[in-house]
Amino acid sequence: MIVNEQVAIDHGLKKDEYAKICELLKRTPNITELGIFSAMWNEHCSYKSSRLHLKKLPTKGKKVIQGPGENAGVIDIEDNDAIVFKIESHNHPSFIEPYQGAATGVGGIMRDVFTMGARPIANLNSIHFGSPQHKKTKNLLRGVVHGIGGYGNCMGVPTIAGQTSFDSSYNGNILVNAMTLGLVKKNKIFYSKAAGLDKPVIYVGSKTGRDGIHGASMASTSFDEKIEEKKPTVQVGDPFTEKLLLEACLELMAGDSIIAIQDMGAAGLTSSSIEMASKGNLGIEINLNKVPCRESKMTPYEIMLSESQERMLIVLENGKEEQAKKIFDKWNLDFAVIGKTTKTKKIELYFNEEKVADIPVNTLVENSPMYDRKWKKTKLPKKNKIKKEDIKHLKIIDALKKILANPNVCSKEWIWQQYDHTVMGDTIQKPGGDAGVVRVHGTDKAVAASVDSSAVYCWAHPLTGGKQVVCESFRNLISVGAKPIAITNCLNFGSPENEENMGEFVECVQGIGEASDYLKFPVVSGNVSFYNQTKDQGIKPTPAIGGVGLIKDYKNMITMDFKEVDNLVLVIGKTEGHIDQSLFARTILDEKNGPPPEVNLFNEKNNGETLLKLIDNNLIRSAHDVSLGGIITAVAKMCIKGKKGINIKKPKYLINEIEYLFAEDQGRYILEVGKKDFKKVADILNKNAVHFDELGIITENELYINDKTKVTIDELSVSNKSWLINYMSK
Amino acid sequence: MKSSVITFPGSNCDRDMDVALKKFGFKNKMVWHADAELPKSDLVVLPGGFSYGDYLRCGSMASKSKIMQSVINFANSGGMVMGICNGFQILVETGLVPGVLLRNKYLEFICKNVFVKINDKKNKYFKNVNNEVLEFHIAHNEGNYFCTQDQLKEIEDNNQIAINYCDENGKIEDQFNPNGSIKNIAGIFNKEKNVLGMMPHPERMIDTSLSGEDGSLFFKNLINNLK
Repeated sequence: MIVNEQVAIDHGLKKDEYAKICELLKRTPNITELGIFSAMWNEHCSYKSSRLHLKKLPTKGKKVIQGPGENAGVIDIEDNDAIVFKIESHNHPSFIEPYQGAATGVGGIMRDVFTMGARPIANLNSIHFGSPQHKKTKNLLRGVVHGIGGYGNCMGVPTIAGQTSFDSSYNGNILVNAMTLGLVKKNKIFYSKAAGLDKPVIYVGSKTGRDGIHGASMASTSFDEKIEEKKPTVQVGDPFTEKLLLEACLELMAGDSIIAIQDMGAAGLTSSSIEMASKGNLGIEINLNKVPCRESKMTPYEIMLSESQERMLIVLENGKEEQAKKIFDKWNLDFAVIGKTTKTKKIELYFNEEKVADIPVNTLVENSPMYDRKWKKTKLPKKNKIKKEDIKHLKIIDALKKILANPNVCSKEWIWQQYDHTVMGDTIQKPGGDAGVVRVHGTDKAVAASVDSSAVYCWAHPLTGGKQVVCESFRNLISVGAKPIAITNCLNFGSPENEENMGEFVECVQGIGEASDYLKFPVVSGNVSFYNQTKDQGIKPTPAIGGVGLIKDYKNMITMDFKEVDNLVLVIGKTEGHIDQSLFARTILDEKNGPPPEVNLFNEKNNGETLLKLIDNNLIRSAHDVSLGGIITAVAKMCIKGKKGINIKKPKYLINEIEYLFAEDQGRYILEVGKKDFKKVADILNKNAVHFDELGIITENELYINDKTKVTIDELSVSNKSWLINYMSK
Repeated sequence: MKSSVITFPGSNCDRDMDVALKKFGFKNKMVWHADAELPKSDLVVLPGGFSYGDYLRCGSMASKSKIMQSVINFANSGGMVMGICNGFQILVETGLVPGVLLRNKYLEFICKNVFVKINDKKNKYFKNVNNEVLEFHIAHNEGNYFCTQDQLKEIEDNNQIAINYCDENGKIEDQFNPNGSIKNIAGIFNKEKNVLGMMPHPERMIDTSLSGEDGSLFFKNLINNLK
């Protein structure tokens, strides 16, 4: 095939990008080379629109062993233990083929983690669907949940937490973000930087097929009517092979024969070989005839661009090939020496004894395009005032029930019961709480993780929204008694070529950066997913934040279920009555405008750290952060989980009852405290200048508000638990 | 007491079982599926997971792996063999216990705590357990036990049903059946009751911090019965 500008454009490259390729090579690329450039220079692999802004994120800290730039981030959890973790999107494939798209998303992120030598110990996910009324939503939800379960369950890694939301902006473009945590010894972490000349380059895992060719390019464009035609670009997962690959890799890693290792994810053999060469400042030579292929007559172009799953590339020490091969034979996996490292600093490919590609590595990596896209700032919207007549006839209990049954608040048990969340025998906090918690096997330590996003806040004001998501992650970890350490982010946005969408990205990233800097909660890994839109309609900006924290003694973990009748319930953090952008405003008042709640980073940090002090002093019986639906929703959930009631007395504030109960002001937690501990708790809170309200007292089985409104917990529980089950069984 | 846990390609509860057995005093060995010989054992466990990816049919390929001939011989000579979840699926494929395991009635993987009622205590697995009802944990996609009417009659005549899904008070009703199993069957024995296959995972219930402690009760009792 003759390469010209039109062929380049068909590969998703822009005219000027093609001109730059010709200039860098000082000739016209052949079709294999063009394919390689298009894979490396697309948005998904090159971060060409986002790099400039991502640089501003804080990525360093005392506990950070490895920040962004590797397969995943790594943090120190003491005693020579480290946690490797990352979140990644698989949005486009999941919309086209929900089961395989979601499954391979989970498979891909687990590979990123065990590539670094870590055994995966927990999976999480953040999934977002269109309006429940949209005709595709139900099947997409079912397919995605089956896919996530199908892969994670088979791997034997517990899925311990997640987040599911519904919003019409995802009608034509759902989001599937998967996160994995792995455990590794600090002195046994593996990296992707190749080193040394004439070292064998090894291919292991599944055979290469024609699936997923141009997957990464697909993920870098918007959807149109022809979306169904893209089905063949979706990869097909085989969790069984991945389980074997995991065990085989960890067995090989126990020795000292690996110099560098990299999984073949997006853009397959292309990006894995180039990344290893680039990081090591070396060249790599590959004989494509040696690559194990699943189908006959595959061309160099197809071999290089295939995104077949469950494959790894390894640079080995010389002379270790036989020993390594034995391990992969034992696990029935392909093992082939396909090339070697060279000093040329070029990627050189041979096929049928002919050289089919010859590209300097730096042209693909350092010289890849970087854009400073135009972007538009979002003004802070004006506040709304609640009209008295809107709430005059409102019954608090009816509003509460409606909120508890709202698709974005309701119990997601139907989903997480389909995920094996107890395998590995260390899950001490299951899905449904503020964060999932797993023990560090064989120790007293435990690791907490949560994943959060607040698309509505980010849409209303990206800067505030970006800050808020980081704070929510911080709070969720603290609510289970964990000290927050670091985050990973999955930045899901519309087209960077649209000034508004680009502005949302820039300002969300700025918000994330400010909050994570202030809270000493650095970003250690992440992924950007642009072009989440159908035609010219972008999704609401949806940065998903995966937070990880440490509990030194797992016996001190906190859960949100109310424990004991007669205990006191406190709210810490000040309630100002911020109703705009709250679930109450959207679902009860039908008001969609206004600013999101303000984020005060000082209060977030102070309130959170003070709560950790209370927990360390064994003064807290249960805790839950206040988020969607405000105080009353948080309290109702604690009642439902603990099968207890509460007698609430609104403190004498200037704001009215509705504002007090439903506002979504930030930096707040609900706490359960024993009566005898109250004075100690109050002293510590006062000493640290943390505002708190005495909200009420735990009772048997009814929720009372100011002695006049009441409802049974069973009734609330039914509202909370039935929506999703009913929806899925209709 | 010596135990052996078989690891098949795709097993993923093998380590959990190893941890549980050791916790309650077994000297446990991990045995690779391609080995021919079983080490000397008082108990052999086929663990949960997705042996051979559950491709073809759950448990079918594992039932033909090399070690299984030794396991079958061991069982036929009266040795204690316990299959949990995927291990149960392997056992039905070998024919050591009757019946088959179909896909769950609602076609969904299900992971949650369940209650089971002990149906028969005249065996080394449940003898001396004081409770009638245990809280166990299930995590499976194909746990819907099925057999022919003739087989069912034989199973019942021989008292081969080990445990049934029930509520916390031991009531065995359809609404407490998580997967559609015939007669709420959660586990069954062979005729001689030295072979037990069951869907629930007692190894996930060995700690108050986990799902519960009825697994501890099960293992403590088991090792005492074997002594």
